Amino acid sequence: MISKQQVQYIAHLARIHLNEDQTERFTKDLESILDYIGKLEKVDVSQISPTSHVLSLKNVYRQDDITPSLSQKEATAMAVAKQDGNFKVPLIIE
Amino acid sequence: MPLNESTAHELLGGILKKEIQPQKIISSVLEGIHKTDSQVKAYVRVDDNTPLQSSADFVNDNKGAIPIPVAIKDNICIHSHETTCASHILKGFKPPYNATVIEKLLNKGSRPLGQTNMDEFAFGSSTETSCYGPTHNPWNLSCVPGGSSGGSAAAVAAHEAIWALGSDTGGSIRQPASFCGVVGLKPTYGRVSRFGLIAFASSLDQIGPITKDMTDCALLLTIISGKDPKDSTSVDHPVCDYTQSLIEDVKGLTIGIPKEYFIDGIDPEVQTAVQEAIQVLKKKGAVFQEISLPHTEYCVATYYIIATAEASSNLARFDAVQYGLRRQPKQTRLNLLIDMYEQTRFEGFGNEAKRRIMLGTYSLSSGYYDAYYLRGQKVRTLIKQDFDRAFKECDAIITPTCPTPAFKLNEKVNDPLAMYLSDILTISANLSGIPALSLPCGFSKDGLPIGLQIMAKPFDEEMLFRVGYTYEQATPWHKQRIKL
Repeated sequence: MISKQQVQYIAHLARIHLNEDQTERFTKDLESILDYIGKLEKVDVSQISPTSHVLSLKNVYRQDDITPSLSQKEATAMAVAKQDGNFKVPLIIE
Repeated sequence: MPLNESTAHELLGGILKKEIQPQKIISSVLEGIHKTDSQVKAYVRVDDNTPLQSSADFVNDNKGAIPIPVAIKDNICIHSHETTCASHILKGFKPPYNATVIEKLLNKGSRPLGQTNMDEFAFGSSTETSCYGPTHNPWNLSCVPGGSSGGSAAAVAAHEAIWALGSDTGGSIRQPASFCGVVGLKPTYGRVSRFGLIAFASSLDQIGPITKDMTDCALLLTIISGKDPKDSTSVDHPVCDYTQSLIEDVKGLTIGIPKEYFIDGIDPEVQTAVQEAIQVLKKKGAVFQEISLPHTEYCVATYYIIATAEASSNLARFDAVQYGLRRQPKQTRLNLLIDMYEQTRFEGFGNEAKRRIMLGTYSLSSGYYDAYYLRGQKVRTLIKQDFDRAFKECDAIITPTCPTPAFKLNEKVNDPLAMYLSDILTISANLSGIPALSLPCGFSKDGLPIGLQIMAKPFDEEMLFRVGYTYEQATPWHKQRIKL
């Protein structure tokens, strides 16, 4: 039901590298889990709307007022790499 | 009795009578940890440096102060305290803010004392996927404590904590509470703020108390509940003092027994214990009625689509930039940026995390979204409707918490599907948003605890306390104390 190539593609979408062992193992695991999940096909959902949120809350707003928030220093304190108060990442655009 | 073996409400009584000093409670808990945690391994980090901000004076000046320390699951942010979700990818991460529940504890004169072990990112039912290694069930060290809040439940059971906070997405408070013989409550979705809880599945997660008895549960839930402007999914439902709901009276209440929850796969000792609990409540005047929750068989499948989809989205933030691990492969594969993402997440996430992220990614991906995620959301509507209908006929619902008592370490670790099926009885409460509680209702002949689950309508935690307290006070389980 799910091929090794599909697993490699999904891993790439999820930005996770997998080694050969893991690719094989996850192909088997995902296959059996997806097979189990397939039982939902038996349910008649033709007249049913989806639930994305169990409560009746809608559009929770607040006034657009500026209130104290994290300082730049606090927000970048855990950065893996930083420079001049900015997060630093590998080159994206040549 | 040493202070660490008491309940919070007993200690509070002693504090108010000036017979107990809050600082002595901390020392006693630390002694308990020192004595047994090398065997139980409930904790990943214990910080005993911050002095409790209250003394006897604080208690005098602040009526209602509860200066009793709380063990905190390692996915709840504590300012400047390493918080890692038991994952390699967050090693060294120190949050720049407190979770709202932590702020609420501090405002009551309490404080976090120690961070407890969990399944990595709460992905699990046994605490075996932690990057720190597993926690052991204090009742039988070769068994799992349950998960994902296994550390919190084990700490409370072993008297290495007076009480604790856990989180519950598919049963992660109730199942370990059941396996460890303690009380665990998942509040109604939106009852407790999720601000500062490192998210697994945003439409299912809730923080809740894990305690030695119902009274402590009511006390702790009252402290942490309430609408929070920082959590737009928290609800403005009034917070009452839940200890007022500890009423020993169930006369005239109708309790539903869903036939789909008493299937063949349930261990016979669990069946017996739960049937005996039903008899206890019948003698107290509750009326029982068989009900049907017809979509029960689809709960696990629905959950594993929705929860993993939300998890894949929530864990996208672990990308080696703002915090956490950063790795590059030895040789460039695609380009520096993508390599950084892929290698970091390859090295930083455990297998279960990778499995769930990939499952979620698959069910959200183009071509599969309708068949999986959208369909899952529609079945979720049907599951919720089952409960809406049931609560028109009954005040509460009772089931076993788990199909079996605690299983052995390593028993299910290589069979993800078998692991997922152990959540079969708890998952529906998260999908429908209703509050649910597990409390001890007996032991197996091997001496392993068995849990009784009570479910109620949204925002009717009062009913859980009423039924739970009545049962508790009529039985000896809450007085049972482990000797390690």
